[in-house]
Amino acid sequence: MDFDDTPEEAAFRAEARAFLGSHATRKQRSSGALRYGDTDAAEVERAKAWQAKKADAGFAGITWQKAWGGRGGTQMQQIIWNQEEAEYEVPHNVFLIGLGMCIPTMIAYAGAEQLQRYVRPALRGEEIWCQLFSEPAAGSDVAGLRTRAEKRGDEWVINGQKIWTSGAHYSDYGLLLTRSDPGVQKHAGLTAFFIDMRAPGVEVRPIHQMSGASNFNEVFFTDLRVPDSQRLGTPGQGWKVAITTLMNERLAVGEIRRPDLQDLIELARSVELDGRPAIADPSVRGRIADWHAKSQGLTYTRLRILTALSRGTTPGPENSIAKVVNAAKLQDIASFGMDLLGMAGGVMDPELVPMHAMFQDALLSSPSHRIAGGTDEILRNIIAERVLGLPGDVRVDKDVAFNQLPSGSR
Amino acid sequence: MNFDFSDDSKLLREQAQRFLREQCPPKTVRHVLEGHAPYSPDLWRAMAGMGWLGAAVPERYDGAGLGYEALCVLAEELGRVLAPVPFASTVYLAAEAILAAGSEAQKREYLPRIVRGELIATLALAEGAGEPREAGVRARLSDGRVTGSKWPVPDGSIAQLAVVVAQDATGLALALVDLTAPGVIRAVLPMVDPSRDHAKIEFDNAPATPLGAPGQGWETVRRLLDRAAVLTAFEQVGGAGASLEMATAYAKERFAFGRPIGSFQAIKHKLADVYVATELARSNAYYAAWALSADAAELPLAAATARVSATDAFFVAAKENIQVHGGAGFTWDYDCHLFYRRAKLLALSLGSQRYWKDRVVAELETRNAA
Repeated sequence: MDFDDTPEEAAFRAEARAFLGSHATRKQRSSGALRYGDTDAAEVERAKAWQAKKADAGFAGITWQKAWGGRGGTQMQQIIWNQEEAEYEVPHNVFLIGLGMCIPTMIAYAGAEQLQRYVRPALRGEEIWCQLFSEPAAGSDVAGLRTRAEKRGDEWVINGQKIWTSGAHYSDYGLLLTRSDPGVQKHAGLTAFFIDMRAPGVEVRPIHQMSGASNFNEVFFTDLRVPDSQRLGTPGQGWKVAITTLMNERLAVGEIRRPDLQDLIELARSVELDGRPAIADPSVRGRIADWHAKSQGLTYTRLRILTALSRGTTPGPENSIAKVVNAAKLQDIASFGMDLLGMAGGVMDPELVPMHAMFQDALLSSPSHRIAGGTDEILRNIIAERVLGLPGDVRVDKDVAFNQLPSGSR
Repeated sequence: MNFDFSDDSKLLREQAQRFLREQCPPKTVRHVLEGHAPYSPDLWRAMAGMGWLGAAVPERYDGAGLGYEALCVLAEELGRVLAPVPFASTVYLAAEAILAAGSEAQKREYLPRIVRGELIATLALAEGAGEPREAGVRARLSDGRVTGSKWPVPDGSIAQLAVVVAQDATGLALALVDLTAPGVIRAVLPMVDPSRDHAKIEFDNAPATPLGAPGQGWETVRRLLDRAAVLTAFEQVGGAGASLEMATAYAKERFAFGRPIGSFQAIKHKLADVYVATELARSNAYYAAWALSADAAELPLAAATARVSATDAFFVAAKENIQVHGGAGFTWDYDCHLFYRRAKLLALSLGSQRYWKDRVVAELETRNAA
């Protein structure tokens, strides 16, 4: 056992560090305000500039083929880059969905000319992509979506609504999943397209979240006309296309969110319970130890996965562990940190309560992490079925045409 | 990055699995559980024959010198089959105490006999209710004689030798006591897990030989417990893994309401949570195995973290295994209770979660202060 890079990995890490060291500022850990705010226009511009710099130096699309402007590198190199980049103050998130999910799907299904046109600008950050799958009536059950696509000559006419679309308001293109045939079983009647987000018939409205921020949108389609040349896969093959997209989502890197355990320890040392620092209280120590064991368990689970990757193995659904544990942990730490302040725990004034109200902010933003990108419940199903091999649930929607399924009123 | 066991360790694991499938089926555990023997001497002899008792003992004391990674692998496999043998007390505690604190002569006298399976040994620390604490030790050592009451002592009725923790003029001390000598009275204790022997031992001026330098007793005990916690964590991970496999297999076979119960989300989510707990525990145990093998400065925190994680995982896996089996899981004939009993026994054997969680935070505080 060791924690060392191979000589090749070490060389790549040195290269990454050299680039980051001369083009970006190293992060300082601060207990400053960490409000989970909106991504504004200025942030998008900063992200575009950074992406272009990375692309020019060969650090964007590390695992992509050279033909698409990538490096032709390994998963391990991508992870090393992510580890190193995380140490620097650089914009992130804006391109995660486009480059992590949409463009890989394009590469799998779009024509050569289209790839010539779209891949490079996406990689250089000139154009931003979003993913249009979820709908008000199709969350965990994505294949239950209702946005209609009807063929008229060489065009498709799209009507319907998407929801929870991250970045739709600053995206140029979108990957769209529609229902082209409601008369067949639900997975069989889907068709995928890519669309111009600025075309007539597309309207983006921000969703006001319970945290106060607006990171997601609703997207409405009213007689949107899409040329048949923008179809991905054959009509009715949309589910297969969507699986390609979602497979890539599972490889996305887990983010480290605050407040973390170090923040909780800092808080527990600075506030008093019964006249002594909270950290001296056995019940507080018990909770800190539990979360430490979980955090470390995830860290070392990740190292086990990296070891497998480093040997060329593709990670499996075991990755779902991190999301299940982290999302719940964040919410619980936020709540527990507030408890340590007793009667003042509910105050959100960053000047009055410790750690700039980090715990209070996280209480309100954390519920989304247990839902977005796979709910706690869906992830447990994935672990149970794909890791433990338990049988699938009884499906009442299996051999029935989509338009014959009961739909409820919500 | 190579956060994995070596190829040698993996070969050892396969060999151990094959061996234990044959030599330690559930009926071997039940034989001891049902009181027909205090441990399985056949299995113990066979393990000695395989060189397992000296896996981490240096070759100059007739050990195999394979190191602690190998010992961790064996611990996991022994935990998986609930091996009813005095392995933990003899190997993780007594042999480690002699290796850590013994004189060269003591090592030469005792270790080869332990390795050959001729000497069962243990650590006599607990004196009734309480966590491991220096102030909790009331047994006295003076003029080469020890007096006091120790319980529960793991494998206390079958061991021939005990490392006894006692107070002497300089503070806390360790001493070797021949348990077959006069002045030692032993009584078998009924335990929540009768597949592992435990005794109450009364020492009344029993002859004792000092082990280690005076005044360093508690520091030695603390380090011993840390090291044993890592190895026990592997036993717990093995037991948790076996419980999860048992529950998963049953959930696939057992039908209710016209379908396998494993197709119900109530069962799926329960078992997914057990899987997550077990994998986190396994990962923490791996890191602790590295710290133990490398004798790293991270060992105390890594050991306590692995212990906390593994204790949680084994208990949740064992209790939910019973739950998934329903009424059948509560019968004597199904093996679920064997794991449940062992899970709780191991959760207490080196101090409860209260002790180990406190250790985790104490180590975190030291680290933050530094």
